[in-house]
Amino acid sequence: MAEPTPRVETDKLTAMYGKTTALRNVTLSFASNQVHALIGPSGCGKSTFLRTLNRMHELSEGGWITGRVLLDGQDIYDPGVNAMQLRRKVGMVFQRPTPFPTMSVFENVAAGLRVNGRLSGSQLADIVERSLRHAALWDEVKDRLKVNAMALSGGQQQRLCIARTIAPSPEVVLLDEPTSSLDPQGTQRIEELLFELKREYTIVIVTHNMQQAARVSDTTSFFYLGAMVESGPTRQMFTAPRSEQTEAYITGRFG
Amino acid sequence: MNRRAIRRLASNVMVGLMVLAVVLAVLPLFFILLHLVLKGASSLSWDFFTKMPVPAGETGGGVANAIVGTLIIVGTASLIGVPVGVGAGIYCAEYPHSRLTWLSRFVADVMNGTPSIVVGVFAWTWIVARQKHFSALAGSVALALLMVPMVMRTTEEMIKLVPNSLREAALALGYPRWRTSLSVVVPTTLPGIVTGTLLAVARIAGETAPLLFTALGSQYLSFRINQPMAALPLTVFTYATGPYEEWHRFAWAAALVLILVVLLLGVGARLAIGRSSVANG
Amino acid sequence: MTTATPPAHASSGAGRSRIPLSLRGAAYGDRVFNLVLICAAALIPILLGFLVYELWTGSQLAMQKFGLDFVVTSVWDPVAGQFGAFPLIFGTLLSSLIALAIAVPLSLGVAIYLTEFAPRVVRQPVAFLIGLLAAIPSVVYGLWGIFVLVPVLRKTAFPFLRDVLGFLPIFQGPIYGPSMLAAGIILAIMVMPYVMSVSREVLLAVPNSQREAALALGATRWEAVVTAVLPYARSGIVGAIILGLGRALGETMAVTMLIGNRHEIAASLFAPGYTMAAAIANEFSEAATDLHFAALTYVAFLLFVLTVLVNAGARLLIWRVARGSGAGSKAL
Repeated sequence: MAEPTPRVETDKLTAMYGKTTALRNVTLSFASNQVHALIGPSGCGKSTFLRTLNRMHELSEGGWITGRVLLDGQDIYDPGVNAMQLRRKVGMVFQRPTPFPTMSVFENVAAGLRVNGRLSGSQLADIVERSLRHAALWDEVKDRLKVNAMALSGGQQQRLCIARTIAPSPEVVLLDEPTSSLDPQGTQRIEELLFELKREYTIVIVTHNMQQAARVSDTTSFFYLGAMVESGPTRQMFTAPRSEQTEAYITGRFG
Repeated sequence: MNRRAIRRLASNVMVGLMVLAVVLAVLPLFFILLHLVLKGASSLSWDFFTKMPVPAGETGGGVANAIVGTLIIVGTASLIGVPVGVGAGIYCAEYPHSRLTWLSRFVADVMNGTPSIVVGVFAWTWIVARQKHFSALAGSVALALLMVPMVMRTTEEMIKLVPNSLREAALALGYPRWRTSLSVVVPTTLPGIVTGTLLAVARIAGETAPLLFTALGSQYLSFRINQPMAALPLTVFTYATGPYEEWHRFAWAAALVLILVVLLLGVGARLAIGRSSVANG
Repeated sequence: MTTATPPAHASSGAGRSRIPLSLRGAAYGDRVFNLVLICAAALIPILLGFLVYELWTGSQLAMQKFGLDFVVTSVWDPVAGQFGAFPLIFGTLLSSLIALAIAVPLSLGVAIYLTEFAPRVVRQPVAFLIGLLAAIPSVVYGLWGIFVLVPVLRKTAFPFLRDVLGFLPIFQGPIYGPSMLAAGIILAIMVMPYVMSVSREVLLAVPNSQREAALALGATRWEAVVTAVLPYARSGIVGAIILGLGRALGETMAVTMLIGNRHEIAASLFAPGYTMAAAIANEFSEAATDLHFAALTYVAFLLFVLTVLVNAGARLLIWRVARGSGAGSKAL
């Protein structure tokens, strides 16, 4: 049986900032509708890797890559590709919640929808509601849609950012340590959310919390010092890792 | 007295002198405001605000033409100066490493220190000399030139306060750079930009020197920016240095109005910054 | 080393569409946006360049006729076509020096007090009040000067100075009221807020460790300031003073209303004088000949160069002490 094309693939991806190499020769593939975790100690390159997947890496000072990154088999770094359109297909949620402070809850969720042409008021409202439901936030804000987004709690703001990211129906959702600034309840809400979200989207999540990776992901990739050391199904990675470094990290001997 | 006590005494004497300095420094402020009110308030009347000046030496009349003139000249200057200043400020904030940014900032600093009369001479040679007549427009251009560096600096500083994470969030949604700036960054700092603009307007509203030989002043009410126009600071100057008692009284009253306008703009500016979402959020 | 990922379920929901291609990846909107911004930013150096150009060409008639002698001759006769700016330059420098002599001790005293000694409650209000002084338009200072300050000076302070210090030539001669000294005093009041606020920023930039080290050695508060804080902040304070000088050099309205407006150099501070800015203000709208305009433009050009040099020197000094803290940028 032929394997379907993985949703996201990288092929000998090397990422640099100016002359400094942050990632060397990473070849990975991520299947659809799964949660893929990237783990590793601080500074190992996992966030840099994530940012190459939606071409945010090149927005950093001196950021550039060699190698390929493929979305559904198409090289996203092809010169003909519109980076902005790409980012509408590959969304990103950041470490700290970043709702747009001058906009209401509704406006924040709708923010990504306004770029691609006009939608009628009712279409907009439908999508906003759907996104908020998917982000497990609808019940808490349905009476407060016009309230300024900064009035929400930290955990709610992060779920709002998730709703904002999925509103334009991306194919892939990237999350960069999305729960590191939240309390345990907020963290749990978002982890539960990931189980729901993977039904519609392909998820790649960077986390420095190994237990989180073990809880939520289908596959895990271990990064260390700019190289991708090992990657595989999560259960296998955590019970029988092949590499000594992986085992050392997972058992807490460093990082 | 032992040495330590003498040193203590010396220290206290110096503090006393410094407090005296503070008092001396603040005293003129009180006296100026006091005299403005004492000598100017009595001339403030409905007529003062609504009537035209009467022929020299006669009593009565008002400074309506100067009030309207100031509004027009300052308004036109703002229409020119604010877009340029804000645009330049956004550019410098979004592209901090560009050479143009360095050059603009440097030049803006030079212009900030340039005497306003020199800017007036420039406006004269550029516009008045070529058109061969005085005009309010030349005055507005001179004031706009004074305004631009101020607005540019404050806009740039305000935009730099916006955390980069906000920009990234917008870019990650697929926003083009221009939309990131206009829909997310600028609205977030809008109160700060408004404050900077209002402060700059307050500064130029009181400027006299650049108008002396551009807008020139006028006895009549005019709405034509291509002709000489009256302005409140010019009125204060002409009346204060003139020979008539009535003029002197009007000079005080006009100065009082001018100060009130400047202070109100300043207060308005502070109120705007109080509602800054960047400061709160 | 990668492992094959398990076969995915058939995808649901979003289809696998290709990413739309576009030319060069950069949006048209971004290019327009950048162009507009670049125009705005570029306009500023262009305008300054234009200003220098216009001042230069506008002075040509006078520059060619008088050359650098303009700076050292004193005859100013529009009718005869003779112009010499030395009294103007002299008056500009002298009035500014008088202003600094009065303002600097005051400003420093206030700045040191507010930074080092004042109780916390007092700091903001006092700084605010002094900031208000900076907001008063020059012409209002002039008005107050003509009708309040000068009469008071003429009746009390000036005669007092003449009685007590009349052996000095600068305090001799008839007292009219409008004079170099009166202009210097009003300039002092106007310049004081700037020197004060920049000095204060400079002093605040001095690290606390300096003060604490002196206090730990047993110094009184005042001694700590003199021995530890001031030397550290010295170049910054000098910068603040020079900034004040730059302000004073260019002040126009208040000066022209109080200085007497005479193209003369006198020994006495009670005598009227003139400054570059005041001369331009007074004569420009009434000049009749091209040469007169050119001479005044020449004066404006010289004033411009003078203030640019002084301000550049000031900023350099301030930057050395308070680098990166932005001190001084708001003072302008």
